[in-house]
Order: sequence, then C-alpha cells, then structure tokens
Amino acid sequence: MFEIPSTPLSRRAALAGLFGVSALGLAACAGSGTGGGNGASATPVSSDDFAKAMSTKTELTFWTWVPDIQNEVDLFQKQYPNITVKVVNAGQGLDQYTALRTALKAGKGAPDVVQIEYQYISSFLIGKNLLDLSGMNGFGDLKSQYPEWVWNQVSRDAAVYAVPQDTGPMGMLYRDDLLKAAGVQAPTTWDEFATAAQTYRTANPKSYLTDLPPNQAGQMIGFMWANGAKPFAYDGDKTVTIDLTGTEAKQVVEFWQGLVQKDLVAVDPDFTDQWYQGLSAGTYASWLTAAWGPVFLQGTAKNTSGNWRAAQLPQFTAGGKATGNWGGSTDAVIATTANPVAAAELARWINVEKEPAMELATKQFLFPPLNSVLQDSAFVGQTPEFYGGQKVNEVFVEASKNVNTDFEWLPFMDTVYSSYTDIMGPAITGRGDMVTALSSWESKLKDFAKSQGFTVK
Amino acid sequence: MTSSTTTAAAPASSPAPRRRGASPALRRQHRAAYLLVLPFMVVFAAMLVVPLGYAAYLSLYREQLIGGVSFVGVQNYVDALSDPAFLSGLVRVLLFLVVQVPIMLGVALVIALLLDSGVLYAQRFIRLAVFLPYAVPGVVATLMWGYLYGPDFGPFAQVASALSLPKPPFLSSWMLGSIMNIVTWSFAGYNMIIMFAALRGIPTELYEAARMDGASELRIAWSVKIPAIRSAILLTLIFSVIGSFQLFNEPQLLRTLAPSVIDTAYTPNLYAYNLAFTNQNVNYSAAVAFLLALVIAVLSYVVQLSAQRKERRS
Repeated sequence: MFEIPSTPLSRRAALAGLFGVSALGLAACAGSGTGGGNGASATPVSSDDFAKAMSTKTELTFWTWVPDIQNEVDLFQKQYPNITVKVVNAGQGLDQYTALRTALKAGKGAPDVVQIEYQYISSFLIGKNLLDLSGMNGFGDLKSQYPEWVWNQVSRDAAVYAVPQDTGPMGMLYRDDLLKAAGVQAPTTWDEFATAAQTYRTANPKSYLTDLPPNQAGQMIGFMWANGAKPFAYDGDKTVTIDLTGTEAKQVVEFWQGLVQKDLVAVDPDFTDQWYQGLSAGTYASWLTAAWGPVFLQGTAKNTSGNWRAAQLPQFTAGGKATGNWGGSTDAVIATTANPVAAAELARWINVEKEPAMELATKQFLFPPLNSVLQDSAFVGQTPEFYGGQKVNEVFVEASKNVNTDFEWLPFMDTVYSSYTDIMGPAITGRGDMVTALSSWESKLKDFAKSQGFTVK
Repeated sequence: MTSSTTTAAAPASSPAPRRRGASPALRRQHRAAYLLVLPFMVVFAAMLVVPLGYAAYLSLYREQLIGGVSFVGVQNYVDALSDPAFLSGLVRVLLFLVVQVPIMLGVALVIALLLDSGVLYAQRFIRLAVFLPYAVPGVVATLMWGYLYGPDFGPFAQVASALSLPKPPFLSSWMLGSIMNIVTWSFAGYNMIIMFAALRGIPTELYEAARMDGASELRIAWSVKIPAIRSAILLTLIFSVIGSFQLFNEPQLLRTLAPSVIDTAYTPNLYAYNLAFTNQNVNYSAAVAFLLALVIAVLSYVVQLSAQRKERRS
C-alpha cells in the first residue's frame, strides 16, 4: 500500500487498515447497506444443538484485518476450548473482498467468519453469500443492545446478516488554539461554519478552516446522511434506487461548492503525506471526521497534543443534532460454512460479550457500537491529554445517538467511490461546478447499474 | 508480454534439422534436450498459455451482477473500440511514447558514448550512479518523486515559495511530464548499460581505420559506433515501446496524491485493472487488455520491421 513512511507508521498503517482507509485512495470508510431478503437463512438452533456444537472439536477460519484481534480470539478459545480459530489477514478492505469473491466463486477456500464494512454487506447478499443469523443462539435479543441505526445497518426485516464491530458516527475535531487566535468560535451550524471559514482565512491567508478531500466519497456521503438524504437503496433483489440530486443531498453539495469556489477550504486529497503534514502544521484547523478520527489524529499529529477539541457536526438547522456515519465494520458468517453455529457464536461473542467488547473499545480503540460499552464509564470517562483532557468519547457517544436511522447502500459501492473521485474530484480540485458534477455522477451510477442488469429507480 | 512469448517460444520449438541421418548418440542428445526443455514448456504452458487462453475466453462473455453470464461474442471488443475512456488513455500513452522515449534513449546513448570514449574521469562511479536509479524499485521511485513534487512540503515548492515564485504544478497540469521524468530517471541508466555493453563489443580495428582516414571522435561516434550498435538501440526502443503502453505503477501511485488529475482510466493498463478490481467487470477488462496487447504487438513489429528495412538499405 501507498503509505509514505514517517511518523508512527505502524499505528497509522494499522489504523488506516482498520478503518478501511486504504491509502490507495479507496475511500472505504462509510456505513452500510441493510441486507436483502436474500441471504441464505438459518434454521433456529436449539440450546442442545448449541451446546453440542460448542463442545465438538471444530476449526474455524476468521478473515479480519483488525490488528491484534488475536487477543479477543484467545478469550473466545478460553471460553470454548474445543473450538480452534485460525485468524487470517487476507488484506484490508477491497483486497480482502476480492480474495473473498474469488474464493466464493471457486467454491472453496472461503472463511467461516469474515470482517465486512457496513457498506459492502449488500454486495455479498447478491450472491446469497451471507448466513442469516437471526435464528442463532443469542441473536434473539441482540437488537435491543444496539442504537437503532446500527442495527438497521446489519439487518433487513427479520433477517440479520452481520454483528456490528465498530462504527464511525461523525463529528468535528478542531484546533482550539488556532481558532481562538483567529477570533473564531467553534461553529455549530453550517452558516456559522461558512462565516468562520471566511474569518479564519482572512486571519491566516496560508491556511484553511478545513479541507474537503476530492477523493473522499465516504465523507461526502456521511454529510448527506447527516442531512437526512437517502441517496441509495437496494431491495435485496433486482432494484436499486439512486438519487444523488434530491433536496437534502444537493443542499450539502451546494454548501460545499460555495466554500470551495470562494477558496475558503483546502481541496487536498486525504490520507496522503501532504495531508498528514497539513494536520500537524495547522494547514487545516479542523477535520470533519468520524469517531475513529480522534485516535487516528493522535497518532498522526503528535506535536499538536493538547490543542485539539471535539464537537458535534455543524447543522443546517440551528439547534439540530443529526449526524451521519463514516466507517466501521462488522463480522459476518459465510453461508457455505460447515460449522454455522460455532461461526455465529464467534462473530457474536467477541463483539458482544463484555470482556472482549471492552477490550476492542479501550485497547484497540474501535469505536463501539454496543449500548453497554457506550454507557460504560471506563470508556466514556477517558480524558486524553491530546484533547486537553476533554472527554472526547462522550462527544462521539452523543453523536452515535443522533445518527439518522435509515441509510442504505448500493451493492456496488466500490464503483460509487471510484466514480466519485473521477467525476466529483476534478470539480472540487478545479473549484468548479460541483452541482453539475453531482448530476453526472448520478447518471454514471445509473448507467452502471443498468449495465449490470439492475432495475433503476 | 507478447514479445517475450514469441522470443522465448521460438528457439524451443524450432525443429532440429536433418534428424533422420542422426547417429544413436545424436538421437540421445536430442532426447536429453527435449527432456531438459520440458520443465520450461510445462511451466510456460501452465503460467502463460493457459491464462492467456482463459482471458481470451473470458473476453467473449459478459457477467452481470444481476442476470449472470452470457455469451456476447466480440461485443466487448466493439464496445472498447468506441469507449472514450479506453481511447483517451491510449492517446495519452502514445503521446508519452513519442515524447519520453526519444528523450530517455537520447540521454542513455549520449552517456554510453561518453563513457565509451574514455574522456570522463571516475568512469566506474558514473556508470554506477547512472544505473543506480534502475535498482530502486519503481514503487519506491514514485513515492520519492511524489514527495519531491509535493505542492506544499516538497523541496521544489519550498524553494519556489522562498523565491516568491509560483509553485510548479508538478502534480496537476504538468502531471504527464512529471511521470515522464520519473520513468526517464528510472530507466535511462538501464538502457545506457545495454548500449554501453554493445559499444564495448565493437572491434577496435574499426576505430583505428576511421582515425587513419582522419575522422574526428564525434564523427567516429556518429558514423561508426552508432551504426554498429543499431541492434542494441533497437532492443531498447522495443522495450521502451512496450514499457510505455504498460505504464501502470507511476500513475497508480501518483493517483493517491492527485486523485482528480489521474482518473481510473488514465492509462489503458490502469483502466483494465480498475475495470476488473473496482467494477468487477472482468470480461470487459480482459477485452481491453487483449486490445492493448494487440496494439503493443503491432507497434513492436512495425518498429522492428522499419529498422530491418533500414539495415538492408544501408
């Protein structure tokens, strides 16, 4: 992958992988599509069947790119000594999906349990590749343990296709010192944000209030999500809905076009060396990011420790609270598994049981989807020095409560992201007409969907 | 890839002449030869012929996410020939070829001639220094240049802003030139070594004869040395033609730094890659790759043919 080695490479590379922000410009971060009524379904499992499955000698293969997940897997194996789990890193994000698709096509070599980002669940439902986990032991009361929007990301009607592992509700990180020096208050609405961008730029002609990366569809889609837009939908069968020019989505793009055309925000691609240095050097005084952003930034801009603060995402309506999600992933069970019960239990146990779930949140810094962890003071009460002792997790826990609940994905998100960079990218970089580009992007996606045999609404 | 196929296959398959009159000893030798060649042929068939055949087969089908696989004949090829993304990539690499290759081979030739003439001090050092960039993996070279080109923190930009000059747009409007520079930097030394080795092989009697006739060193270089290494130059030219059309690493990596300058179809090779791995359109990707291979084969052949004609005329 394309990571220019400098500061804390291992952590950064690890985190980049974790959030699917693969540096090849794959804007992999974003939420997911709820599945179709299409995955293979599982018969309800009785407690006897469950006990038998968990006490039989079994080997499971688990594809995941979460660093050090072996810790949680070890806890699982301690709980169930007869189950051996082979952890395989088959690549991050798209690399892994390519390997998985190949294995599924070949009919062998597919894992039992696999890490999938929310927005790619749909693309594996087309081939009926994911097991419906709703009848499995322990899945009956799972819904109540998650925020509604998270559960909607992994389920469709009564079917459940994956167990949430981490999420990325969106908020804002900003340089308190730089904003104060420029006489700017942290904006709470987009109107204030635009005024702040102007004031900040006048005070600091060499830097910007923030950066709008021309390659980051995940962020833009997150803004649309926050504004209540529903640009995508998939019925799980043959019909997709693509509506990028609806009122809410368009409002977001028009807003950014205004800032971009007046040269009030930077337009540098993100997750590049230039951008890392920009964050360290104060070229961008804020970063509109997701819940995984705080830890990521801590590793990237060490020299600015103590100066950063977190706040909620600005709003179009004063007093509003809504936000979107950008990033995060799940663990799903592949339909071809020979050991569905044990595989489902692995996916559930390491993400839901208290000990592994807390470790994922506090040692591996995955932002938790689970209500119990979101309320746990060991997680919420952390006061990192990097953020001047602010309870940053609290800010994002609040954001997690306010993520718009219904958001769906298309079953071909890789194409959505790459065509964003191809079509919206030049309009952003060239400080040109982003709204027209938005229409081109929409028609490009509609054409692609039709060429793939979908009915487009 | 096509040229290596033909050159590698030719010697292996050419039959030994007049086998009938061969003695038992000679026949044993032939058997041994075939036995020795066999492992290569097996690997060659398994790793090259079969995958190529499979790709050709794939290119005749269309697989949709909904609706499955259907036979479409040459439709993918027809589509590709009118696909603006593919054609504009092709034109871009042609432009690259026409500008970059003469510069690179010219630089390589001049350095090779200078080294050969013995007028330079520290010859070995210079030879190594010019060749060294080739030893740097292409990916690393691109990363390095990507840093140097950087619009804020790159050294060129820093110097420019220190002198209050406009920053050179290496990663925007100059992108193709920036890639040319990386490729030239990487491969000039490699081509230089090929030419230099050929120069070393010229019999010195030729120079003595030329000097007797009163030729200057420059004249010797032009009229004796260059014609004598024509086949080596031709080799580097064909390598460069193939290399230009296969341009992939540099744009793929620089895309991260300038995603809105380099789109997913910047070069045909990049396009084929993105079709297969982003759009999951393996069939169309195979057709694009085959068309690209065809263009390379034809162009390499034309280059070779025109050079041979010249040879015959001279």
